[in-house]
Amino acid sequence: MGDEQTEEAIALSPGNCARRPALLRASDQTVLVSFGGPITRETSQRVHRLAAALQDEPIDGVVNLHPAYCSLLIKFDSRRTTHVSVEQALNLRIQRDEPPAVAGGRSVEIPVCYEGDCGPDLAALARLRGTTIEELVRIHSQTAYSVYFLGFVPGFAYLGTVPEAIAAPRLVSPRRRVEAGSVGIAGRQTAIYPCAVPGGWQLIGRTPLSMFRPDRDPMALLACGDEVRFRPISREEYVRIEKGGL
Amino acid sequence: MILVEQPGLMTTVQDLGREGFGPLGVSASGAADAIALRIGNRLLGNREGAAALESTLVGGIFRFGIDTWVAITGSDFATTLDSEAVANWTVQSVRKGQLLRMQSTRSGARCYLCVSGGIDVPLLLGSASTHVLSGLGGFNGRPLRKGDVLHVGPGQPPSAGRLNPKFAASFAPRLCLRVTQGLQSDWFGEASVSAFFETPYRVTEASDRMGLRLEGAAIDLRVHDEMITSGVALGAVQVPAGGQPMIVFVEQQTTGGYPVIANVIAADLPSVGQLRPRDVIEFEQVSHEEARTQLLEQESRLGSTQLLLG
Repeated sequence: MGDEQTEEAIALSPGNCARRPALLRASDQTVLVSFGGPITRETSQRVHRLAAALQDEPIDGVVNLHPAYCSLLIKFDSRRTTHVSVEQALNLRIQRDEPPAVAGGRSVEIPVCYEGDCGPDLAALARLRGTTIEELVRIHSQTAYSVYFLGFVPGFAYLGTVPEAIAAPRLVSPRRRVEAGSVGIAGRQTAIYPCAVPGGWQLIGRTPLSMFRPDRDPMALLACGDEVRFRPISREEYVRIEKGGL
Repeated sequence: MILVEQPGLMTTVQDLGREGFGPLGVSASGAADAIALRIGNRLLGNREGAAALESTLVGGIFRFGIDTWVAITGSDFATTLDSEAVANWTVQSVRKGQLLRMQSTRSGARCYLCVSGGIDVPLLLGSASTHVLSGLGGFNGRPLRKGDVLHVGPGQPPSAGRLNPKFAASFAPRLCLRVTQGLQSDWFGEASVSAFFETPYRVTEASDRMGLRLEGAAIDLRVHDEMITSGVALGAVQVPAGGQPMIVFVEQQTTGGYPVIANVIAADLPSVGQLRPRDVIEFEQVSHEEARTQLLEQESRLGSTQLLLG
């Protein structure tokens, strides 16, 4: 397990705010609220608005939420409630849904060392995309990304959208272990691995920052809606930041 | 306190898990066989969700530094206390200095060592459960090692003695797992879906608390739609490229992108926690209504006043 799978491309297209989501029974204790593709900022905001509303004012018996690009999986305790009750309560919430007054989110800069063994797939990916390492790093670090959601493992933020010029196919055979802090690209998504796990994304750099720390508030460095930029750093600076315990 | 003299193959602190943190990418984790954990705690008069030690396939050796009571539940790991056999599903008093030894399993994958008062570790996001993959929770975020010292919470003399044998069979792990229809079940060819329900699957060595990889008739995709990463339900039977299914389990990734052919029902999740490599299983489809009926019946047995004997 642990070979996280996502779609190969994040499409950019006009919003579809008016569309009513489908409520699907994914299991005997879940309902999937599906807003439908393609992936857009508008759809993502609808997912998070619903998730936030359900956290502020929980539906009786609902115990967990799994937000993603275009959907929200809602887990309930089926000893205490039923699909029908949860779906009815959800329909009322969805009717109340209004566009947000302002788009929140902070600006977060992530220092990344793109040198040597920090980015084991960097050279091959540059060749594959017919560009140079310098140009690939320039494009990756000069793009502003949005945090679409946190999923997979604690603190793993799905960031989009990677410019087409440096979009990367998944590795044919995933690595058994990707080190914590590794920065990867898969399709038109990029992300930082918070902990050492198996993974199939192409690794182009590494950050000394901790993406998830239980002794920090908030525990996750990134939150939905944040804007993220990567700042190239030298190996020396990487070591300095790592020692500083940032 | 309890000294870990040998940790066993993979022994972790587990309770009933931490629900509610999916938005941070944190899955619930918790005991792989929640029924065994709950009964163990009930026997000792603990909270049902008190933390215990979950052993996997080969158990550990523990030196007790206190007088207390324990209950061993789940699979039979041929446990002894100073060389005397200890029966599962029974309250056992332990004196300071005694050695509790678990061996290799003689039945399913997991055995629980529940202690009066529960294992005392700092809670992370409200739970004592270890999330091994991300190194969070439990005892320093990791499986136990030789020399670790565990503390226990305040307990009380248990009033129960053992599990009523009348109930034991009804909680026995199932090898035929009941599943509901998966959201992408119509993405697979008819012959593949038939094969999934009509032929056995073998649990492979590459199985853990995150998920169980199975081996059997390959399931072919008929529809090659692009899956957009979405939330994954506990017990989902995913089919990656290659067609060999895998069951998403307690230490699951919160989101994923494989098509799901079926989903193990809540009542049968504890059975998944007892599956060992090389076990052969089958799947049987039931409705969501039937799934809920089974869960409620299971709960009513767990809540029965006759569950425990003196």
